[in-house]
Formats: sequence, C-alpha cells, structure tokens
Amino acid sequence: MSGWEAVVGIETHVELQTASKMFCGCPVVFGAEPNTTTCPVCLGLPGAMPVPNEEAIEGILRIGTALDCEIAEHSVFHRKNYFYPDLPKNYQISQYDVPICHDGSVEIDVDGDASVIGITRVHMEEDTGKSIHVGEGGRIHGAEHSLVDFNRSGVPLVEIVSEPDLRSPEQAREYGAELQRIVRALGVSDVRLEEGSMRFDANISVRRAGDVEYGTRTEVKNVNSLRSLQRAIAHEIERQIGVLESGEPVVQETRHWSEDLGATTLMRSKEESEDYRYFLEPDLVPMRVDASWQARVREALPELPAARRARYKGLGVDRRTAAVLAAAPDIADLFDAAVSAGADVRLSGIWVTGELVAYLRAGDRALDETAVEPDHLAELSAMVTGGRLSATAAKEVLGGVLDGDGSPGEVAAARDLLQITDAGAIESAVAAVIGEHADAFAKLREGDEKVLGFLVGQVMRATGGKADPRQVSELLRSKAGG
Amino acid sequence: MRGAEAADAAFAAGEVQGPLQGIPVALKDNMCTRGMPTTCSSKILDGYEPPYDATVAARLRAGGAVIVGKTNLDEFAMGSSTENSAYGPTFNPWDPATVPGGSSGGSAAAVAAGTALVALGSDTGGSIRQPASLCGIVGMKPTYGLVSRYGLIAFASSLDQIGPMTRTVADAVALLETVAGFDPLDATSYRGEVPSFGRSLEAGVAGLRIGVVTELTSEGIDSQVLGAVTSMLDDLAEAGADISEVSLPSTTYGLPAYYLIAPAECSANLARFDGVRYGLRVEGETTEEMMARTRAEGFGPEVVRRVLLGTYALSAGYYDAFYGRALRVRTLIRRDFERAYEDVDVLVSPTSPTTAFAVGERAADPLAMYYSDVCTIPSNLTGDPGISVPIGVDDAGLPIGFQVMAPALEEERLFRVAAEVERLAAFSARPALATSEVVAS
Amino acid sequence: MPIDIDIAKVARLARIALGEEELERYGAQLTAILEAAEQVQALPTEGVEPTSHPLPSTNAFRPDVVTASLPRVEILAAAPETEDGYFKVPRILEAP
Repeated sequence: MSGWEAVVGIETHVELQTASKMFCGCPVVFGAEPNTTTCPVCLGLPGAMPVPNEEAIEGILRIGTALDCEIAEHSVFHRKNYFYPDLPKNYQISQYDVPICHDGSVEIDVDGDASVIGITRVHMEEDTGKSIHVGEGGRIHGAEHSLVDFNRSGVPLVEIVSEPDLRSPEQAREYGAELQRIVRALGVSDVRLEEGSMRFDANISVRRAGDVEYGTRTEVKNVNSLRSLQRAIAHEIERQIGVLESGEPVVQETRHWSEDLGATTLMRSKEESEDYRYFLEPDLVPMRVDASWQARVREALPELPAARRARYKGLGVDRRTAAVLAAAPDIADLFDAAVSAGADVRLSGIWVTGELVAYLRAGDRALDETAVEPDHLAELSAMVTGGRLSATAAKEVLGGVLDGDGSPGEVAAARDLLQITDAGAIESAVAAVIGEHADAFAKLREGDEKVLGFLVGQVMRATGGKADPRQVSELLRSKAGG
Repeated sequence: MRGAEAADAAFAAGEVQGPLQGIPVALKDNMCTRGMPTTCSSKILDGYEPPYDATVAARLRAGGAVIVGKTNLDEFAMGSSTENSAYGPTFNPWDPATVPGGSSGGSAAAVAAGTALVALGSDTGGSIRQPASLCGIVGMKPTYGLVSRYGLIAFASSLDQIGPMTRTVADAVALLETVAGFDPLDATSYRGEVPSFGRSLEAGVAGLRIGVVTELTSEGIDSQVLGAVTSMLDDLAEAGADISEVSLPSTTYGLPAYYLIAPAECSANLARFDGVRYGLRVEGETTEEMMARTRAEGFGPEVVRRVLLGTYALSAGYYDAFYGRALRVRTLIRRDFERAYEDVDVLVSPTSPTTAFAVGERAADPLAMYYSDVCTIPSNLTGDPGISVPIGVDDAGLPIGFQVMAPALEEERLFRVAAEVERLAAFSARPALATSEVVAS
Repeated sequence: MPIDIDIAKVARLARIALGEEELERYGAQLTAILEAAEQVQALPTEGVEPTSHPLPSTNAFRPDVVTASLPRVEILAAAPETEDGYFKVPRILEAP
C-alpha cells in the first residue's frame, strides 16, 4: 500500500452484563432456550412501555468516564426507525444528537508506537433479537425462511464510536483489544467476542498519502473477533486500493466479512440510504447526570489497563507480563495482593501469567474457582528465594495449590519436593562427587567451566534432585577456585 | 358477569375493596385486558388477546370494579366519529343518524345509553372530551402522566392520556382516583403524590377567575353551541365567577401542529404491527413483502393516511420544515397558556365546534374531520387537564358540551368548576336510545 | 415551500404495500393536509426551543431487578407462524 494511507474508524458494540435488560425486568443470560426470556416490553407487544435500567446507565457512565469522555449533563433517547423482523418494535431505542458521553480518547500502543485515538461518542441503546437463516448454509441470501429469537432483544448495548484516527489494521486490532481490556477492567461486561457481547463495525477508506480529504468509505459490519477485525480491514484496504488503482471509484456500501473466504463481500449498497427518521422517544424522559453523579462514577473507577501497565513498568515487571496482567484484572489483582504480601515481583509475574493462565485456560475455569490465595504466592516465593524449592518444583507446587491440595508448604512436603537446605548434607554430597570424578574436578580447577554442569548434575543425582543447584555450583566453584 | 357476582359476594361479606366495588366499567378497546380480546378496532389485531393487563385495568380490578366490556373506537384511536372501525361504526344514542364523536365513541355511547355506568377512554386530541360532548356525558382528560399509559396501545405517546367518561362529575372524580397515580411501568407517569381531586366539588366558583378563550369562541363555532356557552358564562358570572376574555394567539396553530406531531409518533408506534409476533399476517415471498402486505391489509385508510403522513413528516429533508416546526409551535402554545394562567384560574371554551354530525358527513374529508378537535387539541399539546360537561341541547335535541381547562395537576380546581357548571346546567335530558345497541368488539 | 411528496418512497419506508391508484389517492390527501399544516411555518419560531414532551421530569429509572418473563407457550400462541420455539418469517431480503 505504498503511496496510500488508510483511514479507519470503528463502532464497537458492547452488551452490558446487568442482571436485567435495558428497559424491562427480563434476565440477561446467554444461551437460554429461544424466546424464554421475553416479556411484553422486549417483545414489543402493543401497549408495553420501556423503563430504563439505572444500572445500565451507571455502566455506560463508567465506560464513558474510563474513555475520558465528557458526560452530558442532559441527554435523551431517540427512536431509530427501520423495519427488521428481529427488531420487535421496528424501531430501536437509541441515542442520536445528544449522546450521554462524548469527546473522549484512548491511548494505544503498537510495538512501542503510541497513538491517541479519539472517541466521538459513547451512547446507550437496546440490542435486537437474533435471526437464524434456514437453508443455504445459514446465509441470509438464498435462505428458505428465517427463525427469530427475542431473548437478546432489549439487552443493554453500549455503542462506542471512534474518530477516523486509525491508520492500519494492526492499530485497529490493538484499539479493539484495548477497549476490551478497559471494559473488562470496569466489570460491566464479560466482553466475550465469541458470544457476541462485543462486536465491531469498521468504516474504512483510503487516500493518497498526503491527501487531506477522506476517500469514499465502506462499512464492514458485525466483525466478531480481533483477528477478523485486523484481517477484514487489511483486506478492505487492499480491495479499495485495487479498485482505485484500476481507475474505478470506491462505492459507498455496507460489506460483510467472511472469515471463510478471507474477504469482504457486498451486503447492500447505500444508494437508498437509510432514512431512520430519528425523533425523541416520547415514552421516556430525559436523563440528567449531575456533577455529583459524575464524580461518584469517577471515584468508583478501578485502575485501568494503561495505568496498570505504567505502574508495573515502575515495579520492574517486563512488558509482556505487564500487558498480560493489564488485560486480566482479576489475575492482576491477585498479583498485586501477592506482591503486597511480600511475594517476589518477577516470580509472581511468571507464575500468574504463565502457570495460572495456562491452568485456567486448560480447565476453562475462572480464577475464583481455584483455591489460590495471595498468601500462597508469597509463601511459594519465599520458598524459592530461600532455596527450599527449585523454580521447576515451584511450578508443580503451584499446580497443587490451584487444585486445592493445600498451602505451598503442605503441597511441597506431601510431594517430597523440598530441597536440602542443610549445608552439611550438601557439603558431603559435593565432597563425594569430587572424590568420584577427580578428573572432571581437576579440569574445573584449570578453569574449564564446561564441566561445571556435569558436576552439578552428579550432585543433584546424588541428592535425588533436592539440592539447590545454585548453591551446589557455588560450592563447587569455591572449592575449585578456593 | 362472574366479576360482578364475586363483587356482590365481597360486598355482602363486608370486604369492600374500593369506591368502585361492583361497579360495571367499560374500557375503550385500546387498553390491554388479559385474556380478553383487545383489538383497537383494527383488523390487524383481530382476535388478539394480550398476555397482560393494562395498569388501569389492573387498578380497576383491584378497586373492585367489574370490567363489563370493551368499547368500539376509531381504529387505533384515530378519528373523531367512531366510523373508522373494522367492526363497523357506533351510532349516537341521541340520534342514530349521527356519530357519537370519537375516537372514544363506544365508551361515550355506552355511558350515554346506560350500558355501562362509567367508562374509560383515551384522549390524544380530544378523543374523550369530544365524544363526551356529542353524547351528553362528562368526559375528562387528566394532566399528562397522571394516569399510567402502560397497556394503553399507543397512538401518540406524548399526547395520549387515559381518563374517565361518566354521567356525573362526581363519578369522574371517583373513577379517576381509582386509576391515577405513579406506575413504575410507565417512565412518563407522574411521580408525586396524587391529591384528592374531589375536595372542592361543593365549593362553587365565587371569586374564581374564568378566562374565555377568544380563538375558540369565534368563527368556526356553531352559533347554537356558542349561544349555550355564552349563557353558561352568564350563569357562572351570576354564581360569583370573574369572567374575562383571554387570547391565546398560538392556539390557532394547534390543529396543524397536532396533525404533524401525532402522525409522526404514530408512524413509529404502529410499526410493531408487522405480522411477525401477533395479529394479522398476509403471506409474502419475503419478510419485507409479508410485512408490507400485512400492514396494507390490516390498517384502515385513516391509519394508513396518518402513518404515511408521519413517516413523511419525519423523513430526511422534511423534518425541520414540518415536525421540527410543529414542536416549536407546541412550545409557543404552552407559553400562551402559562401566560394566561397568570391572570385566570381556569380557561373555558366549547368542547366541540358543533354538536353530533351526520354519519358519513365528514368521512370523505379528512380536514373537515380533523377540525372537530380544534377546541380540545391545545390541552393535549400542553399536557394540561380538560373536561367536558353537558350544558344543554341544540334545536335538533343534540347535546352541547362545555369545556373547562386548568393548569397541570390542578385537577381539584378543574373539578370544582366542572361541578358548578353541572349544577348550573342541571342537564337532565336523556338520549332517545337509552338501550341502544353499542357495538363492542 | 411547495409540497413535494415521493409517495411511493414514503409507503416503502412505512412498509405498506399500496397499488398505483391508492398511492395516487393518498398522495393527493397528504398534499392537502400538508398544505394546511404548512401554517405552522407562518409562526416565527426562531430561538424557540422545541417541546417534544409535556413532562418536566428527568431520570425515571428502575432498579436492576429481574422480574418474571412470559411463558413461551403464551407468547408463541399469538404468533401467526412458529417453528421449534422460534417465530417463523419468510426469507429476509435485506440485512439491517
């Protein structure tokens, strides 16, 4: 794409995990039997009326505040009118010209290259139901008929609209990932892309490098993974450049990303552009978020991923570990508590982002389903730094702790993993090995370091692996150099 | 009638539930009643039985009232004559060659004819007061938000309000007190304490300042109607009221503003009738076609007209010129009323520019029909309460209604004046067809 | 402003299938009504705030509490066509 510049803006939809829906008391659950969590309101039955869920408003205020937005003291809901079978009222309650949060930003970092992405607005709306297309492999085109499930109808949905500030597929992916981390840190949504609780629409255009005017854009709708987001944008940029280089204009249209084809395909043209006939929702009254409510939200915000990463950097945590921690607030909280309890920063970082994450993933478990406590990590850490446990054995002990087999001390003792810390015992084992392997020891004395590993190995074997190899090699060196 | 028997038993057992214990109430058929068809007099909802009760229905039941039936209306409450019903027109019990007014014509006729003692109607542009006027009964539109709209099948949400239609002012008070008050299911319902509305029914009007609306007592109002209103004003003056004339210049624009705002809201409110989840479906090759055919077949011409009008008024390029303008006019009308209420306690006018008109007379001319609501529309635009009280009959023996309007939440004052009008009018005429067949769906 | 209505487009937006004759009739009626409604443009409204709603209140919220949903059998009973617990519709031409 040399000579070309991509301009990308992203609309991100996040379903809030409130107990009940946006405008009625039906539960917000994933995977229920079709049409079992609906009521007159979310089914759009005649006469039913919406009443907004205060917790959802609180949720969007948390998101808006975390994205450094201005919070509108007064905002209103509008009706967005369009006919679609999974939209029960055939209008969506949304926000139009007065969104509840606007003019924010988020900082992203791609391989050390930091940029600030503007957030145009963050507004509140309701989700639609779901249509299943029967026949033609579930594709809308050519399907014989469709089936509609309204369980998702009315789930609180937050739309985060970015400025067209993104310039590459990598940046777009990182932007999506950072939003996911932020929302997860706020605890307002599980942001599971695979379940659709977070999804993206990307607006993409290209222009000649140095041009000021934007090119004609296309919209790629309903992208549901970060990988797809990056690939869809990359593909669409390529496609648009190809079109322009062949002398054709880019047509403003909505496209669909097919993961299977690895390409975007035309969904519909915008010739008869949508006329949503927005008007103020007369069944609702305006929202007023005064300064004290705004302050309460701000004060209640948890530490956000960017702040965490900066703090970990200050603690000496390596970049990768810091990034993993910042993306997983529950694990990071465990890490913080362990460090506060005296655990070694480096060791705890390795354990929680390595063994712990692998353990959770393998068993598809949540952190609170394990038995690990911050004190456990502190104890384990002390055992390793004190030489009573090898780094390798520590990982095995951690596995036992996670399984609920007891504290690190108990697990290590039960599995016979404790190292010999008795100096005399190690000393005699070293002396025995020197006696057995006099030739090798002589080479060591002559400065041949290559044999050190062999000698340490012999001592480890003699002690059944329970000596601290660092202590052993120090002892061998001092005897050789002494 | 099982409800009435249960109520009788409860009454006999001394378990009096409320002021409406055992009272037969008719509900306009745009209020949802669980397990009882609710059709809005539309083919698109033929046979539809809601799985829930409107809040008013639930409150009536809780108050011991017996819902005896659902009454006919202009389809989706759009009309002023109750001729636009998929179930056929309702006739005026005073003269079956004339209309009962609308859209709550079924409720008005039922009460006038004695088929129901009291009824609930809904009023978007005069749909309670105008038929009450044409049928010689009391019809009252409360302050917007005072009665929950939950379960009222919406026509124009910012204008709709449920209210009582009764033989007497006192009955209207009792019925309103039963159904009014905050409802957590209606975000636009009034959250404050609901005062007692009937405390001042006997207080008279001495010392009260009554403003006669110039724009609603001049051209376009039938001379016999004006005559009756003027004579009532004399009586009120004699009873000690301070009568003055008040000009509300913006109200002239109330009618056109209303005919942009109400259709705009209805175009969205009626979008849900699409053949997917309930009601009529006319098959089509595609969902788009099925929906469009269902709506063409299911909606009558007046509904189609208003949905198209509202769709146009909201569409890109026309919003500012029509809908946006109308909303600003609404502000100006509110200001006129606010200013007027600095000088007077209540405002009065005829309820309807004419008495009951002949069946079919205005059916072909939408604009003539729309003019029927010219006196009642301003209260819907402002959200203020209004009431129609019968004060006499014209030469043809058809009833004439007198409208009293008051500032928001001043129901007590409104009823106080209405009660005095009722006493002064001593209206005792009865309709010719006191057992007229009232078309109920 | 002369009234100019693309009545076929309005009917499409409103999802109402109308024949040529009906379109013409409604188009004429709408024109007449809008010409009358144009009066609203005669009133000077510069600087006047729109009133969308007669109610002065704000923040009518409900607590985040789950209430009972309707039994599926009851909601599907009202539907014109269902299949396997879903509402069934003909094939869909346009994506939203």
